[in-house]
Parts: sequence; structure tokens; C-alpha cells
Amino acid sequence: MNSRNNVLLKGIAAASGITIGNAFIFSKEKEEISQESIENVSEAIKNLEEALVLSKKELKKVFGLAIDKLGEKRAAIFEAQMMILDDPVLINNLKNRIKTEKKLPEYIVDDEISKYIHLMNEAHEMYMKERSLDIEDIKNRIIRNLKKKKWNSKVTADVIVVTTTISPSDTVLFTKANVKGYVTDFGGLTSHAAIVARSLNIPAVLGVNEATSTIKEGDVLIIDGFHGEVIINPNEEKILFYKNKINELSLYDEKLFKLRDKPAATIDGKEICLRANLDLTKEIDLIFRNNPKGIGLVRTEQLFEEYEAFPDEDEQYEVYNSIAQKIYPENVTVRAFDIGGDKVLPVDLHEPNPFLGWRGIRLLLDNRHLFKSQIRSVLRASQNKNIKFMVPMVTSIEEVIETKELIEECKKELKKEKKSFDNDMHFGIMIEIPAAAILTASFAREVDFISIGTNDLIQYLLAVDRGNEIVSKLYQEFHPAVIRMLAHIIKEGKANDCKVSLCGEMGGDPLAVPLLIGLGLEILSVSPSIVPLIKSIIRKIKYKDALLLADKCLTYSTEKEIINELNLFYNSIIEN
Amino acid sequence: MIEKKVKIINNAGLHTRPAATIVKLAGKYKSEFFIHKDGFNINGKSIIGVMTIAAAKGSELTLTFDGPDEEEASKELLDYFQRGFDEL
Repeated sequence: MNSRNNVLLKGIAAASGITIGNAFIFSKEKEEISQESIENVSEAIKNLEEALVLSKKELKKVFGLAIDKLGEKRAAIFEAQMMILDDPVLINNLKNRIKTEKKLPEYIVDDEISKYIHLMNEAHEMYMKERSLDIEDIKNRIIRNLKKKKWNSKVTADVIVVTTTISPSDTVLFTKANVKGYVTDFGGLTSHAAIVARSLNIPAVLGVNEATSTIKEGDVLIIDGFHGEVIINPNEEKILFYKNKINELSLYDEKLFKLRDKPAATIDGKEICLRANLDLTKEIDLIFRNNPKGIGLVRTEQLFEEYEAFPDEDEQYEVYNSIAQKIYPENVTVRAFDIGGDKVLPVDLHEPNPFLGWRGIRLLLDNRHLFKSQIRSVLRASQNKNIKFMVPMVTSIEEVIETKELIEECKKELKKEKKSFDNDMHFGIMIEIPAAAILTASFAREVDFISIGTNDLIQYLLAVDRGNEIVSKLYQEFHPAVIRMLAHIIKEGKANDCKVSLCGEMGGDPLAVPLLIGLGLEILSVSPSIVPLIKSIIRKIKYKDALLLADKCLTYSTEKEIINELNLFYNSIIEN
Repeated sequence: MIEKKVKIINNAGLHTRPAATIVKLAGKYKSEFFIHKDGFNINGKSIIGVMTIAAAKGSELTLTFDGPDEEEASKELLDYFQRGFDEL
């Protein structure tokens, strides 16, 4: 008997759902660079040239942002990297080797550039080792661009992707191909892959550790995204069992679907504005299926990940305008690029603490040209008065004032150019930094609305990196300090006539919903796939019970007490 | 062919910025340009090659120029080394 038959692997249940399909092993590891021979040399050389052009384009746009910040010396590092992609000696060597050795260009690129990397690593000077990291980065970029073409043709709709980790740009590739599910060796509930999988309603089991070493290409897999289980080459009995489960689920979905046109209101008539977060333009169909009250968050940095560079004003306008038109008469809140310095700086300039570094509004205000291209495109798409604009990672009032000045500047320009826009477009901020939370009242007087980003807020408030496995247990969604801070933001916002919404992961947690409503939250924005479930919960609770629940939770001083209380409440409404 | 010995005299040594400048200067000329150090012969028109040279302050390198404009090329590059890459 094959040792890989009916084997059960356990991981983290990162996105719910069950799926059955064939494994596609997606590997970017170095050892996967094939040494196979090629016949068509001119095609290989053409592919290499295209990959070099593409890599140059990426580098130029990405680093172009950082260059003002780097200073002359450091900018030279960037310039040198660009020069490598034009290095006549290197490129000649690569082409000659492809001609004589007749091997795949990715193999030749890897082998040739690695020679230089070894030389650098042999040196005793520390800076040479850092320099070799930059060269490694360049090498991987070229190889990635060479392989991209192939992956595009290999990833098809009916596969389950099995890989070590998934980067944001990989998910774009998979999303376009409509894959059936994800299994990864590493990554947790809050990883990018998990967030995307949930929002697209694709089952995912992450952090399986031995996934790529056990599963082979083409294996039949069952993914149980509810229990974090993967079954390799299941027997008939198992397949039948899970097929039945899939049927039951679709019946349940249908039942929830019946709520589609019912309001998200509590039993005693408190109506909640339930919106959906839009991660990718693709999701928009799912959004209509579940009929939310508009889109509470568009993560525009996704465009950056898709283009691997910043789209220009017209490209952005097309995207925002098409979303606004599709969702009309409901409205859509566009969040400015939330890009971290870790994505735009060369490797050896990476910040030691990117989460405390150059990201969100900080990076945008330092890159006026980019920021204005986004503000202008959002304004242009606002002509039907159904777009709102907000900025991430705000810490101080000055940042808001500066942004408002930029918006005014853009409005003036557009008026001159005779382009139409909504002069009263609502402007808001994300509250994700404790400093901003404490200053809610002051911010509320400056903006039209605030949106709470719970993932970052919890991370900053508790000083816990949710991606760091050693301390991830300390990331407590229901930490008493978190609950009290949420209560503060909601109360202060409302007291100053400022709309308060919440668009973090917490809003999609069934356990959290009654508490959030009890704390006075009236606008929730969640993953589109979870809209029906959250609506069904809202429709099962009494507003006055939720208020009592919140009052009680605000008196507790440990997370355990709060979770107990929430569980009691949740179980009581589920029974009814 | 012209052969010249040079010494690195700036504090930071042959780091990335001068490496890029050397390659750019060399690229202006038709002549071949090589940098010799510790038994390695590096093509001075290749940035990735020049970046593999670890040359701290005080290191000695040999430069060779060969081609129709070797005079001009050697003059400009030698001058750049002697100015300590404009970092003195």
C-alpha cells in the first residue's frame, strides 16, 4: 500500500470550507531550478531579455519611491542594482552560456550570478556580505520573472495549491486562475494568504509544516478548512463522507442566502450597516451575491502587488470608477495605499522594525506625487457622490491637516482641468495606532468618519507581532485593554458626530459581533464571504442584551473572563 | 596597452557608489579596461564584477587599458582613483 494513501495532515484552519482536488506543488525554492535541456535557444534568449526588461521596470518604479529618502550614498546602491540588469559583460555571458550549454535561462542566471555571490561571501568585510544579499535579490527577481510565464500556464482552475508560503504577488496569480484551495507549510490566521483565502471563500489550511515534503504533484487532496485538516489520496469512504459534507454546506449557504435581502437588524429593531471589504476587483461578484450595504474598505495596495509597481492616475481611476459604478447607489470607501517600507526599500536598507517604520500615511506624505495621483483618481471617480476616501496609519493631527491640504490642492487642479468630482467627498482616517485612538475626539472634529483597523490596533496596543510565532499567543483579540479602547473610540467618535466603523478581522468573528454592537458600533465591514453569517448573527441578538453584555465585559480584567462571557452569550443565541 | 598601479585612499574603500562611477566612466571608452587584484582579473565595464572586489583603504590594484582610446580612458579613471573617489 502506498504510504501516502489516506494520510491525514493537520494545520491551522485559516479559511473555512471543504474542497476536493488535485495538488499543484508551487515551489519557488532554488533547488527547483531545473537543469533540463532546451531546444529553442532563440526563444530562451528572448525570454531572458523580457525578464530583464520586466525586472528593470519593477525596480525602477518600486525604488523610485524610496530614492528621495535614501540620500546620495544609498541611492547609489539602487543605481548599481539597475546597472546590473544592463551589465553588458554579464548579459553576454548569460546569452553565450544559453547558446552553448542549451539549458533553461533560469538555470543559467542562477548559476552565473551565484558565482559572483560566492565571491562576495568569501570576502571578510561585512559590507560584502550585505552586498551579496542585494545581488541575491536581483537574481531572484530575474528568475521569478522568467518563471512567471510558466506558472501562469500551469496554474489552472481545478488545482489545490501546495506551497511553503504564499506572497501577496503569488496570491494575485492564483486568484486569477481560480484555484480551489491552499495548503502551506508556514503562515497563520493573519497571514496575507489567510486573509485573501477568506475573502475569496477559498478553503485554506496553513502552517501544516510537512505539506510540501509529503504531498506530491497530482495527489488527490481533501481540504477541510473548518478543522485544519488535509487528507492525502483519500479512500472512497472518505471521499463520500466529504462530498456529503460539501452538499450540506451548500444547503446551509442557501439558507443563509435567503437572508440576502433582509436587513442586518437585531430582534428589537436596531439596524446595523453591514458592509463588505473588497480585496481584489475580482471579489466584486461575491459582494453582489451577498448584498451588503456598500463596500467599507478597498485595499488599494493590492493594485501595487498586482502591477508590482504603482499604477498611474488613469489606471487607478479606471479601477476606482468601475467599483463605484458597480456598487452604485451604495457607496465605497477607498483606503489609500497601505505600503510598508519593507516593500520599497532594497534588502540591505530594510528597516529593523518595519511595523514601527515608514508605512501608510508616512510613506504617502513623503511621496507627494504618488499620493496625489491616488487622491486625484479617487476624486475623479467620485462624480456620482458614492466614494469616500481614507488614509491608514495615522498618528497625529498634522498628518490629517496635510492630507486635507493635498486634497484641496487636487480639487483645485481638477477644477482647472474641468474634470468633475464630488466636492463634498467624505474624508476619513483609519484608527490603528493607540495614539490616534486616544485622540479620537480631536480627530473626529477634523474628519467625516473613522474606521477602526483592529488587526494593527491590537498589535500596537499589546506590543505583539502577530506574525511572530513565539509571542503570537499574546495577540489577544479580547484583551480587556482592547475592549476598553474600542469602547473609547466608539464613544468619543459618536460624541463628536463622527461616523465610526470597523473593518478589521475582528468584525468577522462571530463571537465578537454581539460585543461590538453592544459597544455602540453601527457600521461593520467584513469579508464578503462572511456577510451572510454575520448578518444571521445580528438577526439573532437583542440590542438591549448586547448592551448589557458590553457593560459586563468592560468590567473584566482578563481575556479569559471576557471570552467566557462571550461564549455564554453566543451559545444562548445559537440555541434560539 | 597601458598598465597602472593604484592605491585606494578614501576611508570607505571601493564601495558601491565608486564602483558604479568607475563602470560608468569606463563605459564611455572603446578600450577594454580590467582591474586586477589578488589574482582576479575583473572586467571594469561590468558592475557585478566590480562589486565583487573587496578593496578597503590601503589596498593596491592594477588597472589595464587596451584599445584605441586607452590614453584618455586611463587618464580619466586614474584621476578618479587618485581623487579618492571624490570622498577625501
